Amino acid sequence: MLRYVVNRILLMIPTLIGVAILVFFMLRVVPGDVVEVKLRGDGGTVSQETIESERKRLGLDKPMVNQFADWMIGMAKLDLGKSMWTERPVTEEIAVRLELSLQVAIMATIIAVLIAIPLGTMAALFRDTWIDYVVRLVTIGGLSIPSFWFGMLIMLTLLGLFNWLPPITFTPIYVDPIANLTQLIWPAVAVGYRYCAVVARMIRSSLLEVLSEDYIRTARAKGVFEKLVVSRHALRNALLPAITVIGLEFAFLIGGLVVTEQVFNLNGIGQLFVQSVSRNDFTLIQGMVMLIAAFYVFVNLVVDLLYAVFDPRIRYT
Amino acid sequence: MASAAPPISVPPLIQPRHALIEFCRQQPLGAASLVVICAMMFAGVFSELVAPYDPLQIDFASILAPPSWSHWCGTDAYGRDICSRLIYGSRTALVIGFTASFVGSSIGAILGIASAYFGGRIDSFIQRIVDVLLAFPIIVLALVVVAAFRKSVVGGVDVNLIIAISIPILPRVARVVRAAAFSVRVMPYIDAARTAGYSNTRIIFRHMAPNVVAPYLIMLTAFIAQAILLEASLSFLGLGVTEPTAAWGLMLSGNAADFYREAPWMILFPGIAISLAVFAFNLFGDSLRDFLDPRFKI
Amino acid sequence: MTTRRTALKAMAGGLALGVGGLHWDTKPANAQGQTPKRGGTLVFAISAETPHYDPHASDTYATLHFAAPFYSTLLRFNLSKFPQVEGDLAQSWTVAPDLMTYTFKLQPNVKFQDGSTLTSADVKASYERLRNPPTGVVSTRKATFADIGTIETPDATTVIFKMKAVNAAMLEHFASPWNVIYAAKDLAADPAAPRTKINGTGPFTFVEHVKGSHVAGKRNDNYFKKGLPYLDGWKGVFTLQAAAMLNAIQGGQVLAEFRGISPAERDRLVQTMGDKIRIEESSWTLNLLIAFNTEKKPFDDVRVRKALLLAIDRWGGSQGLSRISTLRSVGGVLRPGSPYATPEAELVKLPGFSKDIKVSRAEAKKLLAEAGVPNLKFTLWNRNLAMPYTPAGIFLVDQWRQIGVEVEHKQSDTAPYLATMNSGNHDVAIDFSNLFMDDSSLALAKYLSLDRAPENRSRSKDPALDRLYDDHMRELNAEKRKTFIRAFEKRLFEQAYQQPLLWWHRIVPTHKVVMGWKMSPSHNLGADLSEVWLNQ
Repeated sequence: MLRYVVNRILLMIPTLIGVAILVFFMLRVVPGDVVEVKLRGDGGTVSQETIESERKRLGLDKPMVNQFADWMIGMAKLDLGKSMWTERPVTEEIAVRLELSLQVAIMATIIAVLIAIPLGTMAALFRDTWIDYVVRLVTIGGLSIPSFWFGMLIMLTLLGLFNWLPPITFTPIYVDPIANLTQLIWPAVAVGYRYCAVVARMIRSSLLEVLSEDYIRTARAKGVFEKLVVSRHALRNALLPAITVIGLEFAFLIGGLVVTEQVFNLNGIGQLFVQSVSRNDFTLIQGMVMLIAAFYVFVNLVVDLLYAVFDPRIRYT
Repeated sequence: MASAAPPISVPPLIQPRHALIEFCRQQPLGAASLVVICAMMFAGVFSELVAPYDPLQIDFASILAPPSWSHWCGTDAYGRDICSRLIYGSRTALVIGFTASFVGSSIGAILGIASAYFGGRIDSFIQRIVDVLLAFPIIVLALVVVAAFRKSVVGGVDVNLIIAISIPILPRVARVVRAAAFSVRVMPYIDAARTAGYSNTRIIFRHMAPNVVAPYLIMLTAFIAQAILLEASLSFLGLGVTEPTAAWGLMLSGNAADFYREAPWMILFPGIAISLAVFAFNLFGDSLRDFLDPRFKI
Repeated sequence: MTTRRTALKAMAGGLALGVGGLHWDTKPANAQGQTPKRGGTLVFAISAETPHYDPHASDTYATLHFAAPFYSTLLRFNLSKFPQVEGDLAQSWTVAPDLMTYTFKLQPNVKFQDGSTLTSADVKASYERLRNPPTGVVSTRKATFADIGTIETPDATTVIFKMKAVNAAMLEHFASPWNVIYAAKDLAADPAAPRTKINGTGPFTFVEHVKGSHVAGKRNDNYFKKGLPYLDGWKGVFTLQAAAMLNAIQGGQVLAEFRGISPAERDRLVQTMGDKIRIEESSWTLNLLIAFNTEKKPFDDVRVRKALLLAIDRWGGSQGLSRISTLRSVGGVLRPGSPYATPEAELVKLPGFSKDIKVSRAEAKKLLAEAGVPNLKFTLWNRNLAMPYTPAGIFLVDQWRQIGVEVEHKQSDTAPYLATMNSGNHDVAIDFSNLFMDDSSLALAKYLSLDRAPENRSRSKDPALDRLYDDHMRELNAEKRKTFIRAFEKRLFEQAYQQPLLWWHRIVPTHKVVMGWKMSPSHNLGADLSEVWLNQ
């Protein structure tokens, strides 16, 4: 078991280094940088020398390999450099916005899982009936409907029917829970729909597979209550692969947040990422990509370990 | 002869025409989605014939017109006919979606097969790259590629977008194809073929490739759906195709939300179009998978 | 020489008195002479977040809407009588008859946010920074202040600027909202300090800036203008999407947005909020231009350029565009309605401004055929901003299709857009002109030859045009000056190097409880909020 854990942790490192190399050099493969955007933003005339001196000040004139080395060394000290747009530390820019995005992600997860488990179970238990079809249609809808469109519809319905809008600035939940929840419930739903669909489908197919296993047949033959069969034997085993999906999709919620935060005008890391792409703010893009990748890799690890804990067969692979 | 059955069941010796009819019989939902897909493709290919108006035609006299007999889906803020823009939009969606998915899936499949066949160091190397590319959500990787290309417009917006969308698809397909090819690789008949002196190419193409066709096709379809969604999202963010190109995601950005009271059709129809297209491809992919191999899990 | 000086003095005097009638339909916010009430916090929307706090280094309104309430300038524009100037930090001032010396007497007892007292040394340090920034500091208006010779500070409340050359608009430059005054000791400790630290003499003190979310200020009780400001505080919320901003106004979460919205957005607010919303409109000192790269074939041929300008139906198009975008007024090189602008009767005679579009387009097709490129194809470079660049691009592509010209519309981000234009890699581009006042020396400078005006995106070199500019600069008589400007405009449009497409229209929404804010033709003005009060 310990070997397994250590092995998995060691595998994380080359992946993260690979991510760093990939993102750093990919961003610089085409020439052009953020200094021009900054200085010529609203139409002023700035001389070429001003641009050059700004570039020098930000350290953009050093050869690429040096810049990469500087950045890697900084990362080892948990210093992700400074945003090229605002010149504030990347960690600071991210930290301000992390709480909001994390809260939306957690709320989306809770909503998604609470709905997906009963939904997927029902679809599997009543397979090929109208219940199953409805659930399948609804879940494929969740995969197909663009979350930003769904979010737009939510916002405009609120505005059109109730003439009410969620609060516009973020207050943490411990300061003002009402303001906080009324602001974040909507993006959580918008992002959670897709999440719920994925998990429900997973539970359905996983449960179907388990239900056709021999030991279920045995339990039924023994005369065990159907409800007990389902909850104690089938569901527990079916939930295992579902945990993987729940975990991985959680790590990837940032993808949904990227567009949804735009629609709801939330000051989260999704919107920060889009802005950094618009402004060619390399250090910020790099920092955020590293964060996302590290988070994903970490969640992967946790899921794998949980799997190993619950399923002894894995441990000895 | 030790010719064990391949682990993935491929419908044996069925003519393509019969396969299609079988498919429609077994998977009614899939058949329905196929109809939608064909309709989309028809609209995309023959846009000039199908669309009632020119999608770029500005008409300030009839801006924000509600759906009527002359404009089935109404007009937008410039007086452009929304129905025509939807039809031309399907061309944009299909071109970008199909190309990106095809390029990504094909390169991914090649890497997957190579990985499985050659094994060893090549496999490890490819797997490391795949691991790295898999470490972020699709849209994040696509945005990084977009960021890389946006400082100077290289090769045209469409090409940039296609590259940006196909790169995240690549590792996902590579993983799956590798698993499928690998399960064939360990079959005794492969070793037998090698011992017999068959060339690598022949073994790959005649023995391994047929067994990865099924997962390849399933992934290809699934990722067309993802690619269309991704293109819509990127255009919505302003980082994809630009005006005045007719594209569904683009139709939702800009001033569409401003006019939600006067002209709700500006938001409704493009969103429905995206949802329908992605839905159809997803459903088709699902049904295809059920038909080809119910045990196969993506 | 003397003639020139007296001419310019008269001009300066004229400008200072606000010559001519500028018309804009404003309903002043403090009508009926109501008494301002103390108290309240104003929450408003800012549509862009500034990357730093230093107006000296900035060209975007985002920095001013953020920082202007914390600082003061020497002079400022009297917005009720634009473009007249009035004192801010300067209690009084005198201008020497030869326009070579400007003497300012500062208000006594002005305190910075940190408690120290303002002296002339602070003004000197700030202006030195503006005209001669040390390394690591960017001053985007450096060239403007190149004419300053020396800055003397004989005592703590007197500053004397001695010029090297005459600049007729110097007084307006002292009133420019970007030239805020910093503390000399802050600049001495770190010349780049203002980018990240705020210490000013303005009506409000800095409270907080939550990145990505909002900025807040509170009343400066030691403000040197007694009785001001009226507000207890304010909060600027960053709303980066127009939809979010509109929703916020409609939902009552913000009470105003001070840059400008489009007519469609205005209509939506009026429909949903009724008389709770006040709309103020004015023409804007901003325009969009069409610039042909004269160094590239076939745009080196005047017939081609002229043809493309003739194809554009400005009068007709502005009807439609003005309903959905901030583009509105048809005008020449100066803002329509400003003192020296060409009136409509004269304007329609110039190429591209005729009201008979059929005749113009026929002539355009003929010119293209003559020039040998009847089926012209090219790329139009445009900026990737929704308002109003996108509508302008869509409109132009459509107009040129009407004469059989096929245009590929390329929109890109500010950086590649500017880089392409500055390096002359474009065929045709949509350019913009962002001024904070109507002064013709500022407005016309963009059209000068490339070696004199690096921001000339058509890369033209025309000595005749340059001569006309210099002539107008030294002309004393206002009427004769107008003729020079007209001649300049006529030549520019006949050579068709570049031409304004349409001038923008500023529409500012404020909730009816917001009083005391003054409208002006530039969104860079009036951002300090010192006289704003809430009628609640």
